[in-house]
Amino acid sequence: MKPIWYFVGLILLITGVIIVGCGIYGLFNPPEVKKILSDLHPELWWGGLMIIVGSIYVWRNKNVKI
Amino acid sequence: MAEIGLSLADWLIVAVYFAFVLGIGYYLKRFTKGENDFFLAGRKNSSWVAGLAFLSANLGALEILGMTGNTFKYGMFVAHFYWIGAIPAMLFLGIYMMPFYYSSKIKSVPGYLKVRFDEKTRVLNAIAFGIMTVLVSGINLYAMALVLHTFFGWSWHASMWISAITVAAYVSLSGLLSAIFTEIIQFFLIWFGLFLVSILGIIEVGGINQVFARVDHSFSTLWSTAGDATQNGMMVTWGGIVLGLGFVLSFGYWTTDFLVVQRAFSAKNLRSARMTPIIASFFKMALPFIVILAGLIALVLAHDAHSGFKLLTGADGQINYDSALPLLIKRYYPAGLVGLGVTALLAGFMAGQAGNISAFNTVWTYDIYKSVINKNASDAHLLKVGRIATIVGVALSVGTAYWAMSFPSIMDYMQAIFSWVNAPLFATMLLGMFIWWITPNGAFWGLVTGMLSSFLMYLGVKFAWFNQSIITMSNVQSDMAANFWRAWWAWLICFTVTIVVSIFTKKKPKEELVGFVKGLTPENYDKEIKFYKRPEFFAIISLIVFIILNIYFW
Repeated sequence: MKPIWYFVGLILLITGVIIVGCGIYGLFNPPEVKKILSDLHPELWWGGLMIIVGSIYVWRNKNVKI
Repeated sequence: MAEIGLSLADWLIVAVYFAFVLGIGYYLKRFTKGENDFFLAGRKNSSWVAGLAFLSANLGALEILGMTGNTFKYGMFVAHFYWIGAIPAMLFLGIYMMPFYYSSKIKSVPGYLKVRFDEKTRVLNAIAFGIMTVLVSGINLYAMALVLHTFFGWSWHASMWISAITVAAYVSLSGLLSAIFTEIIQFFLIWFGLFLVSILGIIEVGGINQVFARVDHSFSTLWSTAGDATQNGMMVTWGGIVLGLGFVLSFGYWTTDFLVVQRAFSAKNLRSARMTPIIASFFKMALPFIVILAGLIALVLAHDAHSGFKLLTGADGQINYDSALPLLIKRYYPAGLVGLGVTALLAGFMAGQAGNISAFNTVWTYDIYKSVINKNASDAHLLKVGRIATIVGVALSVGTAYWAMSFPSIMDYMQAIFSWVNAPLFATMLLGMFIWWITPNGAFWGLVTGMLSSFLMYLGVKFAWFNQSIITMSNVQSDMAANFWRAWWAWLICFTVTIVVSIFTKKKPKEELVGFVKGLTPENYDKEIKFYKRPEFFAIISLIVFIILNIYFW
């Protein structure tokens, strides 16, 4: 059985990719209504953090069976 | 307020979450071969898995929304629920109680009452717990639909049915195993989905010091205004906090509520089981960095005329404090992150429901069905009964949710239900585990009078049969104080009746109590491992952090 950490990594990775993808799309197609602090682009760095954390969990557990 | 709209990317994240939890349930089914796998997740979890699940079972979205709103209302005092209202009890469970629970190989908390006392005490507690669990699960379902409808404009019926069917599917497939997996996913989603609100809020306000500087002094302290009930928003004194919340309610919940304790039972050995609540205690102490900070940030913004931030008000003009967190999500989160925030809330609701249902199916199967209805049931039969109990439990929850829809004041009653069931039970457990001459009849009648007295005190105040000040020993009226003090009196009544009845009734022979009572049980566990790997060592670190936090925010 795959450990739970593998699934945690997978969902963080997939979600992070969607959020960063959304952020990149927003850079080229800015929304009409801007959110507070949108200039900081939280979706890019927060989504990026999720990708990094998710990748670490997936990579460390990809061959682990319990 | 205009509803928080979801973009295609947001919906995609929600869909990924649903696909994940259903996929995990299906994947784990092949590893769920017997009743032990279904009800106790095979008893092979590490302390980290069990510890995060232990915390997450308690970390519902309703709590996060409610506590953020309560911080807006009461300030830092809400941190008492996370610190004194949790940490000492979690450490006590890990250090002193878990050896008796785990080593006795029982499958549920009522199961301990059977081996320590007798069948009638077990069945009484199992029935009370079963009713409480289904009601709480149903109310959570209703609350989830309310939140999703109010803030996101989702359909009541669709929200309730889709989440209920999803939970029924994955819990009936692989039981506690899938419940624990989804609880850990929920833990990460809540941190990633909601902690960013606090980070962005701190940036907007101008730093964490500014957050505390811009709220009233009584809202930024923990204890310095606890000497006088009129000086703090919660209108409660340190006595109510320490005795009611910190002792009875907290110990009653964290050490006896099977919903959370079941996660520790799934650990692979005694050390892991003891470490379960201790690991959870560190993360519990960290939760105010989401909940309290977000509440204080909302408060600062609401007091700043230029911020444009204002909590929702209902048709009756009452402020909707639960709107604080969704409004902050709406303020800061762009497309994609909104989906993450919504998924974090959804995961919180659904994992909470799955936790209740997995605890319900275990107690029903072992402590009612096998104990009363079919004593000779085989393992395979019990597995089938557990799966059916899951579906029935979810169906009852949906029924309760619809009941709550047509009778919203039921929510008020639910606030008190924990003190009806858990507060007296803690007295029974404490006496049972630490004093050998406590008798089965003492435990049973103590529990009956404790539960009844709590219920009657609640009704007495609710319908003005007597003044609340009799319970709270204060002229300041406060529902929160009444809750704390009622729990204390129910505990004391159960404690006293149990002792008095035990003095006059037949005791169990000491040899029958070996393994279940301190003093009669050899305590040679964890002695062979190095001191810095022992649960006691981590518990001391947790206690030191707890003390530092209380002094720092005094």
